Amino acid sequence: MALLQIAEPGQSAAPHEHRLAVGIDLGTTNSLVATVRNGMAVVLADSQGRPLLPSIVRYAPGGEVAVGFAAQAQQANDPKNTIVSVKRFMGRGVKDVAHVENAPYDFVDAPGMLQIRTRAGVKSPVEISAEILRVLRQRAELALGGDLMGAVVTVPAYFDDAQRQATKDAGKLAGLNVLRLLNEPTAAAIAYGLDNGAEGIYAVFDLGGGTFDISILKLSKGVFEVISTNGDSLLGGDDFDHRVFCWALEQAKLPPLQPRDARLLYVKAREAKEALTNHGEAPITARLSTGDFVDLALTTEMFCDMTRTLVQKTLGPVRRALRDADLTTDGIKGVVMVGGATRMPQVQRAVGEFFRCDPLNNLDPDRVVALGAAMQANVLAGNRAQGEDWLLLDVIPLSLGVETMGGLTERIIPRNSTIPAARSQEFTTFKDGQRAMSFHVVQGERELVSECRSLARFDLHGIPPMVAGAGRVRVTFQVDADGLLSVNAREKTTGAEASVTVKPSYGLTDAEIERMLRDSVEHAREDMQQRALQESRVEGERLADAVRAALESDASLLESGERAEIELRLGELEKALQGDDHRTIKRASEVLNRATEEFAARRMDAGVRRALSGQKIASLGG
Amino acid sequence: MSVTLTEKAADHVQSFLAKRGKGVGLRIGVRTSGCSGMAYKLEFADAVAADDLQFESHGVRVVVDPKSLPYVDGTELDYTREGLNEGFKFKNPNVKDQCGCGESFNI
Repeated sequence: MALLQIAEPGQSAAPHEHRLAVGIDLGTTNSLVATVRNGMAVVLADSQGRPLLPSIVRYAPGGEVAVGFAAQAQQANDPKNTIVSVKRFMGRGVKDVAHVENAPYDFVDAPGMLQIRTRAGVKSPVEISAEILRVLRQRAELALGGDLMGAVVTVPAYFDDAQRQATKDAGKLAGLNVLRLLNEPTAAAIAYGLDNGAEGIYAVFDLGGGTFDISILKLSKGVFEVISTNGDSLLGGDDFDHRVFCWALEQAKLPPLQPRDARLLYVKAREAKEALTNHGEAPITARLSTGDFVDLALTTEMFCDMTRTLVQKTLGPVRRALRDADLTTDGIKGVVMVGGATRMPQVQRAVGEFFRCDPLNNLDPDRVVALGAAMQANVLAGNRAQGEDWLLLDVIPLSLGVETMGGLTERIIPRNSTIPAARSQEFTTFKDGQRAMSFHVVQGERELVSECRSLARFDLHGIPPMVAGAGRVRVTFQVDADGLLSVNAREKTTGAEASVTVKPSYGLTDAEIERMLRDSVEHAREDMQQRALQESRVEGERLADAVRAALESDASLLESGERAEIELRLGELEKALQGDDHRTIKRASEVLNRATEEFAARRMDAGVRRALSGQKIASLGG
Repeated sequence: MSVTLTEKAADHVQSFLAKRGKGVGLRIGVRTSGCSGMAYKLEFADAVAADDLQFESHGVRVVVDPKSLPYVDGTELDYTREGLNEGFKFKNPNVKDQCGCGESFNI
C-alpha cells in the first residue's frame, strides 16, 4: 500500500491527488533535488544514498546517455562527448563564454545559443541540462511515489532573460512543470527561514566547486529583492584542491605525473582538504603507478597559508557588491553561507571577520539552495495551511509600458523584473500649448502598440500651455507584491496628477505569454523596421508642423526665392510622409532642415531683437 | 479501543514534531473519498477538540475524532522504507479491500 506523509492540519491530500512538488538546484558542478515531507524540507538521495548528482552528461557510443557519477567516471577518457559545467553555456553564444577555447568541446555557433557537436549529434545546452533534470525528476518520482505536480528550479541571481528562459525550457524538455525560477541566494535565505519576519539586508556568500557568487538581498514583508550581485566565475573549491595538489607534488619531489596518478593525487588532495574541516592535520598517502610512495601530512596552518590568496580573492567581489548596493558591512544583518567550499574554517573565519558577525552555517551548505527551492515549491503547489504567510516572490512575465507618438511602445518595466517594482520615466509635450496628455498602458514585447496587449487608458489634464517639449510629465509604474499595477502621471510644474490601477497578468494564460514571446522573436526584424518608420514619421511631422508655423508668422524674413525653396522642400517631405519608406522620410526631413537653417537663425535674431527692444543697456548688464 | 504507533513510527513523528517546532501530536482520521470509499487523514495536531479521543503510544499523543474511530480502531501505524520512497503505513484490521495503491479502502 501507499506510504503516507504527515500533512499540515486540514491539508491532507485526497487520494491520488498528492500535490508532489520539488525544488531543484541545477548547479554548475552538482545538482540536487529536494522536497517537503512531513513538514520538513529534505534532499532526495539516489538509490545508493548519494544526494549530489554531478552535473555531467556523457553521450556514450551505444547511444545511451549517462548522467552524474557514471558520466564523471568517463570524463577523462571521452572529454569531447562528456559535457561538464553546461550551465556556463545556457543562453550564451560562443563569444559570450569566457575561456571558451579551454573547453574541449566542438562548439557550433548558432543564433542565440551555442551548440555542441557530440557523437549523438549536435546538442544545445538546453537539451544537455534537460538530461540532468530528467534524472532528478525520475529520482523524485521514485522517492515520492507519484508524478510531480511541479518544480521550482533555481538560477543565479545574475542570470539574464535568455539564461532564465533556457533554464525554463530545459525543465519543460525534461517533463517538468516549472512552477517558478527562483534566485539561488533567495532560495538559501528561504531555507534559513529568513522569510519569516526577518526584515533587513542579508549577504549570501556562495562558494561552490568552480564558481563564487556574492549577493546582497533585501527582505521586507516576505518579499526578497536582490540589490546587487558580484562574483568570480573561475574561483571555487577546486582551486583549493589544486593548491594542495601542487604542494604535494613539490613536497614529494615528483616528476610530471601520468594522468591516472595525477587524478589519484588530486582525489587525495581533496580528501585532505575535507578532513581539515574537522581535524588539525590530515595525511596524504598514495602509491603511484611508478612505484613512488607519497606520504605527507598537511596541517591546518599550512593549508591556510597556501590558500590565503584564494580566500582573499573572494573579498574583492564582496566589496564591489556592497559598493554597488551602496552599503557598508554595518548595513548587513547576517551572512548566509552556501556551497561546499564554505565549510573550510579559514573561509568561515575570513567572512566572519569581514562582516564582523558569525555567518549562518548550521544548514548543509551543499543542500541549502535545494531545500529553499523545495519549500517554495511546496507553497506554490498549495500544500500550506490557510492563513500561513505566503511567500510573495514573482517576476513580471511581460514588459509593461506606454504608447508614445506613432503607436510605438515605450517599455517602462522590462519583463522578468522582480516584483514589487517601481520605475519612472519622463515624457515631454509634443505640441505647442498642449494642455492634456493621454496615456495608454500596454503589456508585451513588441515594438508596435497594436501588437501588444492593451491594459488601460487615462488622461492627464491641467498642463499649463508651453512650447512643445517644455512640459515635463513624470510617469511612474508601480507593481506591488500581488502583481497589481498602478500608473501615475504627474506634471512637474503644476503638480497636476492622474493615475490608474490595473492587474497586468489578468487573463493572460501561459500559452498566450508563450505566443507573445515567440511572436516578439519572430517579428523582431519587422518590428524594428516598423519602429524606424514610425519614428521617422513622428520626427518628419514635427518638423513640417514647425516649418508651416514659422512660414505663417515670419514669412517677412524671407526673400521670395528662399521661401519658394523652403516650400518646395516642405512639399517633398509632406509627400514622403504619405509613403512608408523611413529612409525617404529621413532624407526629406534632413533636406528641409538644411533649407531652413538660415531662416531659423534669422527668426532667432528677430526674436532676440524683439525681446530686447525698449530695454536700457544698464538693465541688461545685470 | 485504541490506535497505536510502532516504535519506529513514533520516533519519526517525534522528530518531525520537534523540527516543526509546534503541535501537540498526530491526528489520524478517515474521510469518504477516493476510488474505494474511504481515505486516511494523517496530519499534525495543533489542537485537540472536546470530543476527540486521545491515545498515548511510545510517547506520542495520537488524536482521533469520534466519527473516524470505528474505521481505524485497532490500527497500528508503521514507518517503512520501500526503495527510495519512505513514509507511514496503516495496518488496519477493519479494512476489507482497498484500491490497488492502498490510498483508499473499504470496510
